Amino acid sequence: MKKLLAILLAACLVFAFAGCGEKTSGDAIKLGGIGPISGAAAVYGQAVQRGAEIAVEEINALDGLKFEFKMQDDEHDAEKSVNAYNSLKDWGMQILVGSVTTQPCIAVSTESNADNIFELTPSASSTDVLGGQPDADGNVTIQRKNNVFQMCFTDPNQGIASAQYIFDQKLGEKIGVIYNSADAYSKGIYQKFMSKAKELGLNVVAEEAFASDDNADFNAQLTAIKAKGADLIFMPIYYTPASLILAQAAQMQYDVDFFGVDGLDGLLGVEGFDTKLAEGVMLLTPFTADAEDEKTQNFVKKYKEKYGEVPNQFAADAYDCVYAIYEACKAQNVTADMSASDICDKLVEQFTKADFKVDGLTGNGMTWSNTGEVSKSPKGMKIENGVYVGL
Amino acid sequence: MAFLTNLINGLSLGSVYAIIALGYTMVYGIAKMLNFAHGDVIMVGAYIAYITMSSLGLPSFVAIIFAMIVCTVLGIVIERLAYKPLRQATSLAVLITAIGVSYFLQNAALLIFGSAPVSFRSVVKIPALKLFGGELIVTGESMVTVIACIIIMIALTIFTKKSKMGKAMRAVSEDKGAAELMGINVNVTISATFAIGSALAAIAGVLLCSAYPVLMPTTGSMPGIKAFTAAVFGGIGSIPGAMVGGLLLGVIETFSKFYISTELSDAIVFAVLIIVLLVKPTGILGKKISEKV
Repeated sequence: MKKLLAILLAACLVFAFAGCGEKTSGDAIKLGGIGPISGAAAVYGQAVQRGAEIAVEEINALDGLKFEFKMQDDEHDAEKSVNAYNSLKDWGMQILVGSVTTQPCIAVSTESNADNIFELTPSASSTDVLGGQPDADGNVTIQRKNNVFQMCFTDPNQGIASAQYIFDQKLGEKIGVIYNSADAYSKGIYQKFMSKAKELGLNVVAEEAFASDDNADFNAQLTAIKAKGADLIFMPIYYTPASLILAQAAQMQYDVDFFGVDGLDGLLGVEGFDTKLAEGVMLLTPFTADAEDEKTQNFVKKYKEKYGEVPNQFAADAYDCVYAIYEACKAQNVTADMSASDICDKLVEQFTKADFKVDGLTGNGMTWSNTGEVSKSPKGMKIENGVYVGL
Repeated sequence: MAFLTNLINGLSLGSVYAIIALGYTMVYGIAKMLNFAHGDVIMVGAYIAYITMSSLGLPSFVAIIFAMIVCTVLGIVIERLAYKPLRQATSLAVLITAIGVSYFLQNAALLIFGSAPVSFRSVVKIPALKLFGGELIVTGESMVTVIACIIIMIALTIFTKKSKMGKAMRAVSEDKGAAELMGINVNVTISATFAIGSALAAIAGVLLCSAYPVLMPTTGSMPGIKAFTAAVFGGIGSIPGAMVGGLLLGVIETFSKFYISTELSDAIVFAVLIIVLLVKPTGILGKKISEKV
């Protein structure tokens, strides 16, 4: 018995060391992905993984460049995200797609910047992910991380675009806001929304915060907003608290419209969620699964066949990420035997070129600036009969 | 009208805390230990109810009864396996074991149910009550929670005062050794306490998730800590104290959210606790027991 155990342990050791030697094997470029596959934000990470996998599969079916994709779970936790990053580095990752959520991505992008590994995040939208942006007082506290680019809108853009959209479409006379003051994503959008709302003369009657991801009781916030007579509630938050807010508003029979941003995407994917509660909820997002163009139709069909559900914008962003990297690699003649750092320099050069344009699911002719931000335009969506419909 | 709405919200939240706090306070009163796994028994109860309703499609009252049975058995098993061998150990060892059991339950739930939150369908089918021409709305969940809390409270008081087991519980809580000499089976009494506390936790779990319908493996931990605070607030070991503490905590939390700051509400709740304990170290209704030499 003991002998068997010893042999087994020895075998384990051999395999463990064998793992170390694999760094530059194969002729595929190693793409790493990081995101919440489990936990309160799991819908995002799973969508990114699936979207990226479809893109990698398509690209590998073509001649030329090949990709190998590996996704690691971070449970929407900054510390676990850095751990995931390190384990991907051990695997031999050459390009990073991630992290999916903002707070973890801020931590990971600092690491990838130090290592000079190219990082394109599908959905982490804070400007702190990119660095180099002045805060409210005009100071640049985080230096620009030159290796980091975004596929999604930045938080300020989402806040500004939301205010503009509500104003243009005259969605609300009196507006209430609920945001998570403990979350960089939520607070970032909230601040920009407020300054733009003031500029446009939108009537924001109530601003209510909550200070924890675990908060479950929103009665006090909803009572306060209801008392001010708001007819539209802006929620720049993730879908888990949003599902609670919708349920509690329904319990107290508060008939009000809701408007959210990309964090609300995933609401319909919560297990056991009564989709009637989400009826009429509006959100701003760059992707609509019911768009008529061939690319979207194709992607939605594949996604449905493979995973049995309609893809959300996170899946589409991830799909576009892989294609943007693919286009840039082709343009710069990147090959699998190059080091991560060399690839990073070449990709940064390509992404910041003025004539580098990518047509994707989330926008046509997307370009990137030196700041790492993407330029594309958002679309309004509404949940009707349990599905997203373009406004 | 906002005042009344908040008062009702606070009472409803406080009632949930009170029901959970009863479990803490009874176990503390009788076994002289803090059962930190109590909050996680709530979560288990809610998951059992969720599965019975959504996967098996059974009606909600069956789900509640089933959750109570599972939690009762779970409570007794936890006591037998984790706490009974430590009856003679230091209180610190028991405390650490309780924290261990809490983590065990959370992680077991993580493995079995996964970490993605599920949306809990309310078991309350009563429509909301509209008063003052629709100005004041009392949700069905609030009414059921408050009424359930009052019924449980009265039933428990009668139980401990009148029934044989209740009398045995009081005797054990007064003096374990003397109770044993009088022919009371201390082990059975402690098991019964855990059984009742865990059955209440199942009810609390279902009510909690009906009012705030998101369920995940960590759902029980924060309400558990708040309810423990409520038990200390009201005077740990005292059944009416748990009720008063729970209700006060819920009302203070809701009012400070509405009138002061949504972000500071937890800080305010715990600051009030510290002040109460400074002024009255045994809690509001706690008895001062002079140490026998």
